[in-house]
Amino acid sequence: MSDAGPVDTVERQRQFTDQAMEFMPALYTAALRMTRSPADAEDLVQETYLKAYRGFGGFQEGTNLKAWLYKILTNTFINNYRAKKRRPEESDVEDVEELYLYRRLGGGQAEVAGRSAEDELLDHLTESEIKDALEALPEQFRIAVLLGDVEGFSYKEIADILDIPIGTVMSRLHRGRKALQKRLYEFGRQRGLVREPEESVHG
Amino acid sequence: MGDECVEAYQVLYEYLDGELTIERRIAIQNHLDDCPPCGGGFTFEAELRTVIAKRCQEQVPDHVRQRVLEAIEKLSQ
Repeated sequence: MSDAGPVDTVERQRQFTDQAMEFMPALYTAALRMTRSPADAEDLVQETYLKAYRGFGGFQEGTNLKAWLYKILTNTFINNYRAKKRRPEESDVEDVEELYLYRRLGGGQAEVAGRSAEDELLDHLTESEIKDALEALPEQFRIAVLLGDVEGFSYKEIADILDIPIGTVMSRLHRGRKALQKRLYEFGRQRGLVREPEESVHG
Repeated sequence: MGDECVEAYQVLYEYLDGELTIERRIAIQNHLDDCPPCGGGFTFEAELRTVIAKRCQEQVPDHVRQRVLEAIEKLSQ
């Protein structure tokens, strides 16, 4: 047992902010995609940091601080913010084939001025279209894709953060990614970035 | 589409996620090098992921950072 004198408190606070503040852009990004509201995202990030600071004494030096912060963020979101929106039932996504977007775009065949249709689409999708597509995913898929593709956590890390088996992580990631592609394809069609399917040409 | 292509698609995401064993990874990599359609599809998936990650990053507003630091400060007193 150590004495929690004033010097210890100052030192502990310094250690915490030195190590944890650098993850704020990542946590704030995730909070915005989860809550879909800047005001809620601010509150969620603040709550996460305060909980983390209180629990910092129990945090094991040398373990993954970023993953630990994400676990607090995700749990706080699920317990406090999801409840507020009253959406208890888990929604599902339609399963589509592998390489959905690539195949719809002609899979390396269709070229416009030497550039493939898929490269064109990647260049022109805007930040807000990508954010909207991600935010439109049902929550369980949205969180998995955020952790995997935006933050680059491994299956094992995501399983630990969400307290679910690795098989469930894989299934949510795979299905979430495909649903995201379907949505991005719709944006591409609406903006005329992709060619309409054959049958509508004669419509 | 050959058996090797089907096999590659089955592990598309595990491959891109870096979650395959080294042996499996090399086997898939060899197939992608030999098979332009599969190679193109995998490359597109990887690029799409990079684009998604890059285009949904957010800047933390100064007042949010400030608010959190002040709250921690208050908790320490």
